[in-house]
Formats: sequence, structure tokens, C-alpha cells
Amino acid sequence: MNSKTQNKVAIGGLYGIAGFVVLILLALLGFILVSGVPQLSWHFLTAPGKAFLKGGGVGVQLFNSFYLLILAMLISFPIALGAAIYLYEYAKDNWLTTTIRTAIEILSSLPSVVVGLFGFLFFVVKLHLGFSILSGAFALTFFNLPLLARSIEDSLRTVSDVQREGGLALGLSRWETVSRVILPAAVPSILTGVILSAGRVFGEAAALIYTAGQSAPALNFADWNPFNISSPLNPMRPAETLAVHIWKINSEGIMPDAKAISSGSSAVLVIAILLFNFAARYLGKRLYKRLTSA
Amino acid sequence: MFVNNDVMNATTKEERHVIQLNDPEHPVILSTEGLHVYYGKKEALFEGDLQFASNQITALIGPSGSGKSTYLRSLNRMNDRIATVTGKIMYRGVDINQPDIDVYEMRRRVGMVFQRPNPFAKSIYDNIAFALRLRGVTDRHQLDEIVETSLKQAALWDQVKDDLNKSALALSGGQAQRLCIARAIAIKPDILLLDEPASALDPVSTGQLEDTLLSLKAHYTIIIVTHNMQQAARISEYTAFFNQGRVLEYDTTSHIFTNPSVQVTSDYVSGNFG
Repeated sequence: MNSKTQNKVAIGGLYGIAGFVVLILLALLGFILVSGVPQLSWHFLTAPGKAFLKGGGVGVQLFNSFYLLILAMLISFPIALGAAIYLYEYAKDNWLTTTIRTAIEILSSLPSVVVGLFGFLFFVVKLHLGFSILSGAFALTFFNLPLLARSIEDSLRTVSDVQREGGLALGLSRWETVSRVILPAAVPSILTGVILSAGRVFGEAAALIYTAGQSAPALNFADWNPFNISSPLNPMRPAETLAVHIWKINSEGIMPDAKAISSGSSAVLVIAILLFNFAARYLGKRLYKRLTSA
Repeated sequence: MFVNNDVMNATTKEERHVIQLNDPEHPVILSTEGLHVYYGKKEALFEGDLQFASNQITALIGPSGSGKSTYLRSLNRMNDRIATVTGKIMYRGVDINQPDIDVYEMRRRVGMVFQRPNPFAKSIYDNIAFALRLRGVTDRHQLDEIVETSLKQAALWDQVKDDLNKSALALSGGQAQRLCIARAIAIKPDILLLDEPASALDPVSTGQLEDTLLSLKAHYTIIIVTHNMQQAARISEYTAFFNQGRVLEYDTTSHIFTNPSVQVTSDYVSGNFG
């Protein structure tokens, strides 16, 4: 076989593999959307669930998913940002840095069900937080922190070193350089990473089953006092999320329309995650454009 | 490399030739004594004893890896986290290569412009103004004035005066480099260090940059590393020739280029190696 044919075969093979991956994705998406989208209605998206009767919605679960996501992000983003800045901008290349990096890598590869069980033993039982949004948010932080720290570190890496030198040469301190020059330049990329990790957190189930719980008590959306048990904002209430809900009704759902609700919930979840992904690309690009050419 | 022992032995030239400056109109503002730079255990600069005359342009020339950039970057301690620098760097009578020197304050006196133009991802205006704001200059009127003066001194004002709020990243290479010069002189340094500032620019931009530097020496002492010997000959009063981590020759530019005292310098400036 001469090199030209070899090349053609190689390209053909690579196209085939790439096409196969796309095909799997399209098949999955198609199946979920085709079976799920017909179930969607305003009622389905907003009504509370019903345990034994048909016609329940996923309003509470949907709200819980977003609330948990926001709380988890509020906790994990500052920590991840600090860790990433330390690791990339300050840490010297020594055994301590290597240890921290390895720890982050191991943490990011922990199975989420293990993170969930740890969260159960530590937050739910030991710290007496119970099955609550707060326990869930902490568990999600453990799950999210390493991924986010890695992605922010990568964002900082995309900002060229000549920018750092430029800041220092103007007599700025390292912190001034990082906070005034490097971070603003890295914002588009950081934002993309945050939104993508939000997609992962949004779809996470295993880490939440034992921490945020599997029940979604009806909420009173007129009550915004976080100290009331029926208030949506109360962080101490148990909160089943959409992803957990899908798992739950598929394993022990006894309502007559369990399959329809499961399909509908899956579609909502997938659509939300797709939206996160598109938003990440769109906002990242737009922001980058705004920063680089006015 | 072309230079070998036969060539060295065949001449009667000196091995090293470094003059001491003595020009009352342009007193020495910066000098180094016994400067050595190590990257880890490897010594990159063995010896760099030079004096720099105020309000003059001094060129540092030499082949790649000769230590000239290493030397330049040591002058405002940009090598602090990368290398170990020993020896004295005397700036107006103070050794600025000491641990207790406020290195950030020092860098405001000894500014630097780099090989690759590195405008920040900010507007043209903010590229210049933000370092000033951090140092407490918040009066809008005063900032406007400094921005305008700096851009004028860097010969960029006429091209960007209507686009001050546009992103600096949209500038061409030559414009971006002159913005970096404007940014450096906006904080009113004494000395401007330039590390091959024209190597990424086209000939026209290079010419403009050289004109800019010539007009700037009225206000600043300029030390420039360059690979371009014509450039050194065109703009500098003094030239230092670096080779293999040593300053082999330091004299007036005309001496270096017309009648160098050291054979290796002669070989280098006549294009025999490097």
C-alpha cells in the first residue's frame, strides 16, 4: 500500500470513528427527545408530583435542581478559583504542588456514588444536616470542585506569560497582575468552564441520592422566608432533584404514568444540559470577541 | 561557530575591552558590578560590568544565547523568580539587587518593553490608565492628559485618538508595540529597557519605532537588546557586545562598528558568525 492510499484509509477510518460517535449521540438524543418531548407541558413543568395518581409534574424537582446548582456553584466557585490561582500563579514546582495536583486528580475521578456515600456519612449523619439541600450542595461541591479547579487553571494557562511580564514590568505586584490583568483576560474561558461544569452538576444523581434525599415535599412558592420548612429557599429541607427523580420513579415509581413522567423528565434534563452547553459556547465566544475587538 | 583558536591567535587584538564612562553631560545612572546569573546550577551570565549613561541609548548586541537578554531582564529584576542573580545593580547610588528593595516601586523607575507586543485585553485607554489608577491617580482629567502625552511620545496618538475605548488587541503589531512603550512611559520611569522590541515588526514599523526611541531619549535612558546590528548602529550611542555569557566589548557605537578592539566583536559585527 503506498502512502497515498494509507492516508486515504486512515482518514476514512477517522471519519468513520467520528461519525460513529456523532451517531451514538444523535440516537440517544433522538430517543430521549422523541419519547420525552410529547409529555412536556406547562403543567408538567410546574405542578408538584403525585405519588399514586397520574398527572403529576416535576415543578418541585426542577426548582430543586436549579437551587442546588446555584448553591453548589456559590460554594465551589470561590474555592476552585482560589485553588486554581494558587496552583497556576503562585505555587512553585515542588512536591507540595505535585501532591495537591494529584489529590485534585484523584478527587475528580472518584465515583460520584462514593462522594454521595461520604456526604451521607459526614454531612447528613455526622454534622446532623439531615437529607437537605445543604448536604446535597456540599456533596456536589466535592464532586464539582476538582473539575472546576482544573478548568479554571486551564483558563489561566490560556493567558500568555507575556501578559504576566507586562503587568510586573509596570510595577504591579503579583496579585495586582493576576487580579487586574490575568483574570479579566481569562474571564471568557472561565465562564465557559463554569457553565459546562454546571451542566454536569445539574445532571448529577448518585451524589445526591443519599445527601439531598429522594423526597420532594410540596413547596409553597408564595413563601420566600428561608426559615419556613415549606419555603423553596429553605436550605434544610430534603430536595429531590430532576436527575434523582428519574432514577427514583424508574426504580420504585408507583404512579400509573411513571414511564411518561420519566421520559418527560429525561427530556427536560437533556434539554437543560444542551442549553448549558450552547450558552457556554455562545457567551464565551461573545465575551471573547467583546474583549478582543471592539 | 566560525571563531576558533587559529583566528584568535592570528590577531593581536585584545580579548576584552570595556570602557568606563566619563561624560559630565550624561552621568552614569545605572551600572552593574560583578553580575552573575544562574538558571538553577547553570550559569548563563558570567560577567556583566557595564555603566549606562543617562539620556542616551545603549544597545546590547550579541549572538543568540550570549546572555544579553538575561542581563537586561536582570536590570529590573524580571528574572527574580526564574534565576539567581548575584552582584550589584547600582541605580542612582542604590543597589537595587538587594532583597529589601521594593521591587515593584523599582520597576516603576526602570520600565520594560518586551519582544512580543503584549497589550492587555483592555481598551487602549485602560492599557495606559489602569496602572496609574492602581497607584492612586483617579482624576479623570489628569488621566486623560497622561494618556495623551504618553501616546504622543510613543508616536501613536494620531492613529488611535478616536479609538481610545476600543480594544488594544485589535491594534497592528507595530501599533501594539508603541502602545506598550506608551504604557511603560506613562508611569514616568527613569530608564526604559527594551528586549528586542522590533523583532516581531515589519521594516516600516521598525523604522517608526526607532524614530520614537530617538525622540524618547531626551526624557529617558534607553537600554535596548537587539539582534539587528544596523538598528544598533542607527540609534545607539554606546554598544555592548555579549558573547557566551560575557561582555566582551563595551564602547561607543561608532568604535564597535568601525574599529572594534576585540577580534570576536569584529567577526560578529562584520557578519562572520551569529
